[in-house]
Amino acid sequence: MKYAFSFLAVIALILIAWLGSLIPGMQYFFGVAVPYLAVLVFLGGFIYRVVQWAKSPVPFPIQTTCGQGKSLDFITHNKLESPDTSGQVVGRMALEVLLFRSLFRNTKSELYDGPKITYESSKWLWLFALLFHYSFLVVIIRHMRMFLNPVPALIGYLDWADSMFEIGTPAMYMTTAGLLTGVLYLFGRRLFNRHVRYLSLANDYFPLVLIFSIAATGALMRHFLRDGIDIVAIKELAVGLVTFHPTISADIGSIFYIHLFLVCTLLVYFPFSKLMHLGGVFMSPTRNLKNNSRAVRYINPWNPDIKPHSYAAYEDEFREFMVEANIPVEKELEPPPEEAAEAAPEKKEE
Amino acid sequence: MSVPKLEQLSKSVVQGPSLATGAIPKVDWTELPVEFKSGNYAYPAKKDKVEYLNSQKGLYFPNAREWSPEDDDWKFPENWKEIIIKGLAERLNKFRSLKIFMDCCVRCGACADKCHFFLGTGDPRNMPVMRAELLRSIYRNDFTLAGKVLGKMAGGRELTVGVLKEWFMYSYQCTECRRCSVFCPYGIDTAEITMMMRELLHLVGVGINWILEPVSNSNRTGNHMGLQPHTFKDNVDFLADDIENLTGIRITPTFNRKGAEVLFITPSADVFAEPGLYTAMGYLLLFEHIGIDYTWSTYASEGGNFGLFTNNESMKKLNAKMYAEARRLGVKFIIGGECGHMWRVLHQYMDTMNGPADFLEVPKSPMTGTVFSNAASTKMVHISEFTADLIKHGKLSIDKSRNSHVKATFHDSCNPARAMGLLDEPRYILDHVVDWVEMPENTIRERTFCCGSGTGLNTDEIMELRMRSGLPRANAVKYVEDRHGVNTLACVCAIDRATLTSLMGYWNPNVTVCGISELVGNSLVMDGETRGELEEGLRTMVF
Repeated sequence: MKYAFSFLAVIALILIAWLGSLIPGMQYFFGVAVPYLAVLVFLGGFIYRVVQWAKSPVPFPIQTTCGQGKSLDFITHNKLESPDTSGQVVGRMALEVLLFRSLFRNTKSELYDGPKITYESSKWLWLFALLFHYSFLVVIIRHMRMFLNPVPALIGYLDWADSMFEIGTPAMYMTTAGLLTGVLYLFGRRLFNRHVRYLSLANDYFPLVLIFSIAATGALMRHFLRDGIDIVAIKELAVGLVTFHPTISADIGSIFYIHLFLVCTLLVYFPFSKLMHLGGVFMSPTRNLKNNSRAVRYINPWNPDIKPHSYAAYEDEFREFMVEANIPVEKELEPPPEEAAEAAPEKKEE
Repeated sequence: MSVPKLEQLSKSVVQGPSLATGAIPKVDWTELPVEFKSGNYAYPAKKDKVEYLNSQKGLYFPNAREWSPEDDDWKFPENWKEIIIKGLAERLNKFRSLKIFMDCCVRCGACADKCHFFLGTGDPRNMPVMRAELLRSIYRNDFTLAGKVLGKMAGGRELTVGVLKEWFMYSYQCTECRRCSVFCPYGIDTAEITMMMRELLHLVGVGINWILEPVSNSNRTGNHMGLQPHTFKDNVDFLADDIENLTGIRITPTFNRKGAEVLFITPSADVFAEPGLYTAMGYLLLFEHIGIDYTWSTYASEGGNFGLFTNNESMKKLNAKMYAEARRLGVKFIIGGECGHMWRVLHQYMDTMNGPADFLEVPKSPMTGTVFSNAASTKMVHISEFTADLIKHGKLSIDKSRNSHVKATFHDSCNPARAMGLLDEPRYILDHVVDWVEMPENTIRERTFCCGSGTGLNTDEIMELRMRSGLPRANAVKYVEDRHGVNTLACVCAIDRATLTSLMGYWNPNVTVCGISELVGNSLVMDGETRGELEEGLRTMVF
């Protein structure tokens, strides 16, 4: 039922934007005030979270090594999975951030009678996660053409490449399909993969439903509900927003305000949610540290002053045994006073 | 403690109603009961051990008392909630890893079936992500805006006594092996989270005896077995006697000797019990063979560090003995024996906690002249690195046929694999001393499966749990046993040598467990030896 809440929440958001934008005068609120506020919260929140993380030190080098560390000359060092230099760390992080290296390792286990356990390579999550993230990235970059005047050539090329198959008029973007497919897969596995289904929270469904709705309203605007969409007016608003001279024309349809409001919701939600993995992935100590912790001393800023149980105390407790066992000691045994006193007269008698 | 029969457990693992076998619990995980019954928990720490530890400078172990997990009342201090929340706040400020791992998880589930405890028990709270949620839900509730505003809707829940009990159960059903962190797209390391849960539990006096007694023994006697100096020496001398009986070579190891070039530290289990004893005999033979000037220490007679399983203060206090002793004896560098978590501490914590070791020299093999630049700062070399280098330079006289009774496979211990990247040194040694094969690729190297009983969980009262969590490892051994006739499971870890022996005894009774150094010692051709046919190498009984 956790996903039902997410649907309800997104439907509520859609209704707010739809009905709200129909109220005269409220276009300015939804088209200007909310976007400014959302960007402010997003930037402020993102920075706040990263600063909060950075405030806590990394006291110990806790790199997870996923390959042979640097060792003897004749042992082949795996530079990307067990990096020894900063450059190698950058390489490892690039693989992780750009290609989702760790997800690529994924396996699926099965239990059989015997018992027998198997671990089959399972790359679907990796594949669809890549599809989802890269599509999303291209969609965001493509949108820059709305905010920039003139549109930089690079974004023009990207736009052309993204729609090069020319399916439909206007041509469908591949990344729109990619983003929607990616979200559907990620949502579907939350429902049908029993592990993931059991561990998913409302916090996991909500962003997926939200992003799906954003992509869907975007596609609707481009392909189906074009009547109310005056692209010139939208561009005017977008450029106005980034140049701090926003102007609203009355010709923009509700679908646009719904799309924009959902995007604003995502921006506001972002810094306070798991979506911060965007920042966190760069700061994860198991991935971004060098595996050279025996070669170079790593400093813990709060290293507590704790001394071992001293050798002197140890020897004091066990000296007799040590002497008897011919283990060298720092301080020789002193004969106990009463024994020494007793020993003396005995000698005399002899 | 009674362990189910093999057939029974085999069936239960595959067919029992668990999340691993396809049965999804009807209720949310927060509603699942935590039931302590004999056999599913490790015994609580004895009152006198906790009191002793609390009396040690730099350590804090409050609320020593008699208690049982089966009791309703765990006799927490009155302000337990405040203690835990304050403790968590403090740790969030001290460990970035904790903060990031609390915030970044997207619950993609890649870790879910990577955990040997989950595969063996099917308990949803043994999926690494769920184990983390046990703590994360409290973190959300008390430390995040979303949690404070939305509470349960944002995945938060209130801290209750029940939550602490849950932490106790599941932070001691994790061996901090870090396999999940290899598969996690953000490198989230459940070990970090389990460590924090254990630290927090110690703040209210909840810990297990199988860890805290070794910690207090290590502190007082120098080793976790509690061997006093003369006993420790006796044990090593017995091994020297055995070597003499087997090979005719008389070895006279030295102890606490000042001016030796090298200090040798290994887990005390190696001089205490089979099959570690044979590994220790391997060390003795190797060092005698190359004529290295080295000494054992009775004061720093423990390589392992049960503080790692407790809290970072205990870890530091115990580890500090190594450098203190190296300084006192005036050695040039330290060689460390085969041990898993010991090497995590040495590789990732020691220099930071107790360095700089500027009174030592950068390790240089006296035999080959090789400078171990990878240990330039800690000044501590792994025995496998040291041995591999000797073999490479032809310094060892090896007769591989002396291991012809062995068909080995190699178990990568969690920590050398995932916290050091020590993967190919032991393999290089194996190539030269024995006939061996690899286990399936998803169960070795950085993807290796834990023995199932690490981090102080190799205690007998939870044997069923151990056999379950060790199943993935045992199953991979079974695979090569069936296909290649493997009869020996080699490893570089003292805990493995103890725990895998129980595990093989249960799942694969024809497979024995040994250390790499045992196989090395076995294969060495010693000067002046009068060695007969030893059908089982160093394990041969001679009368």
